[in-house]
Amino acid sequence: MSVPRDERTVAGHTAVDRSAAPDSPENVTVRPDSSGLTPELFGTPEPSSPPERPADTGTGLGQSGKLPSALPPALLLLAAGVSAAVLLLFDTWSWTGTAALTALVYTVGIYVLARAVEGPRRAKDRFVTALVSIAFVLAMAPLVSLVWTVASRGAARFDLQFFTETMTGVVGEGGGAAHAIVGTLMITGLASLISVPIGIMAAIWLVEYGGGPLKRIITFLVDVMTGIPSIVAGLFAFALFSTLLGEPGHRSGIAGAMSLSVLMVPVVIRSCEEMLKLVPDELREASFALGVPRWRTITKVVLPTALAGIATGVTISIARIIGETAPLLVTMGFTVGFNFDMFGGRVATLPVFTYDQFVRRGLPPEAFVDRAWTAALTLIIIVMLLNALARLISYLFAPKTGR
Amino acid sequence: MSKRIEVNDLNIFYGKFKAVEDISMVIEPRSVTAFIGPSGCGKSTFIRSLNRMHEAIQGAYVTGEVLVDGQNLYSPATDPVNVRRQIGMVFQRPNPFPTMSIYDNVIAGYKLNAKRMNKATADEKVEKALQGANLWNEVKDRLSESGSSLSGGQQQRLCIARAIAVEPEVLLMDEPCSALDPISTLAIEDLIQELKAKYTIGIVTHNMQQAARVSDRTAFFNIAGTGKPGKLIEMDSTTTMFSNPKVAATNDYISGRFG
Repeated sequence: MSVPRDERTVAGHTAVDRSAAPDSPENVTVRPDSSGLTPELFGTPEPSSPPERPADTGTGLGQSGKLPSALPPALLLLAAGVSAAVLLLFDTWSWTGTAALTALVYTVGIYVLARAVEGPRRAKDRFVTALVSIAFVLAMAPLVSLVWTVASRGAARFDLQFFTETMTGVVGEGGGAAHAIVGTLMITGLASLISVPIGIMAAIWLVEYGGGPLKRIITFLVDVMTGIPSIVAGLFAFALFSTLLGEPGHRSGIAGAMSLSVLMVPVVIRSCEEMLKLVPDELREASFALGVPRWRTITKVVLPTALAGIATGVTISIARIIGETAPLLVTMGFTVGFNFDMFGGRVATLPVFTYDQFVRRGLPPEAFVDRAWTAALTLIIIVMLLNALARLISYLFAPKTGR
Repeated sequence: MSKRIEVNDLNIFYGKFKAVEDISMVIEPRSVTAFIGPSGCGKSTFIRSLNRMHEAIQGAYVTGEVLVDGQNLYSPATDPVNVRRQIGMVFQRPNPFPTMSIYDNVIAGYKLNAKRMNKATADEKVEKALQGANLWNEVKDRLSESGSSLSGGQQQRLCIARAIAVEPEVLLMDEPCSALDPISTLAIEDLIQELKAKYTIGIVTHNMQQAARVSDRTAFFNIAGTGKPGKLIEMDSTTTMFSNPKVAATNDYISGRFG
């Protein structure tokens, strides 16, 4: 998320370079006699590039042949056919093998063809395009596979009963995860209630007020906290509540929410910090110049301008913690029925429900496995809804630019 | 309504770096004072110190005094927020608040300070400020649209309207036309001429013709070299400065021989 900043500075540098460039030819024309100046001007990295250009523009304006636009897909099909045939020939056919070999054959094929017809520069372009596309497919494959598996396996118990009933008194088939869904929403809500104000205010301090070594130390600590293993957060909250209340083996919703907050706060701080940094200083100055105090500038100008980004960041941080299992297992355990009391007793949540159903299979085992898959599917759907909500929020609250 | 500004031995620092050294001058009320000089010579820093805006940058501080009608801006008893309410500022790049409508942008000075006023008073203030900034006819039918839907020149006039809506004593402009086309520039220069009847105006500009066109008095700043503090070289009436400056450096700069 810090990328835009870097880009801006990089762009700034290039702009400076470009603006400096027009000076040099001017100097040469004004003082043609000063021969001492010329080699220096042309002694820049420039000379290394010209030798390559004539090779490229060998045919006058650089015109060369062009592969027909239908060729790449045709080549892809051909590569797939050839790969499948070769693998069948050696009796080692498989989907993954075919895909890998197709990618290889296509990449080599398009490079060779393009080099022959379009010249070396276009060939390189085609080659890299092929590589990047392959990387994209590689990245997408597990995601699609995961969603597909969870959706198809979870469909078996994706019924009304699952969303309306609990596991109270259920030993085999039937039952539902209503208590776990409610538990997940309550715990996540409580964790957000704790973390979001702390996170946003900490981010405001870092961007608007903080400075010097203290700011550096806190930024460093936040970075460290982002990497805390979730089980450590769970043990922390467990130990905290057990010690404070003098009650070994304490289990409660608030302890679970606390452990999730430990994980959530640094994520909220980081995303809000980046969003607040994106608010142009000019707006703060405009507000100061109107005689608006700093805190009003922050609440009335900076926060509204960054609202869309902050809302997105918060939603993403919620999505990040809603699927946490380990800390909740430690702090809240598991139960078969509703527990609306956040301050005492075990609370069920979807991730722990999934884990429990999968690990402690009863009879018939399929009923338990099916419930686990459906719970996982429900969790994915909740996260997807949250992401959709984040997009909606950022669409609704984004400053209207008109141009 | 306008006030006289007197600057005595003002030094401005960014941390250990001395940006501006030993400035003494008088800015007369109901007139336009232009600040010219090469880039980095401290004009903007100086003008920002006149309403304590430079304090928004961490580590910035000043020594010396700035008297506005005899009151020292930098005495410990002075609240920078109150200073800025009396001395408005327009910046180099138009910066309307993107989350607010044109209407809300104009009365932002009241709204952001949570001053309550009824609709009629607010309407009146908006119209007066937009009339004052020569923008009323262009935007009167779309006051509820976002401020960023306007063109660059209109946005800058919106920012001027926003600055004069709070009825300041002094209006400071930091290169207000450098991001604008010649037509918008002309509109703003005309506006400056009208505003000078009511306000004390200070304007930083890189455009010599602009300084000659709009200002009554001109101050020339220069810098001895990179890393050295900027200094006030000469200040006089604009006519004298452009026709018969006392210092050679001023003449060189104005005639385009360096800078």
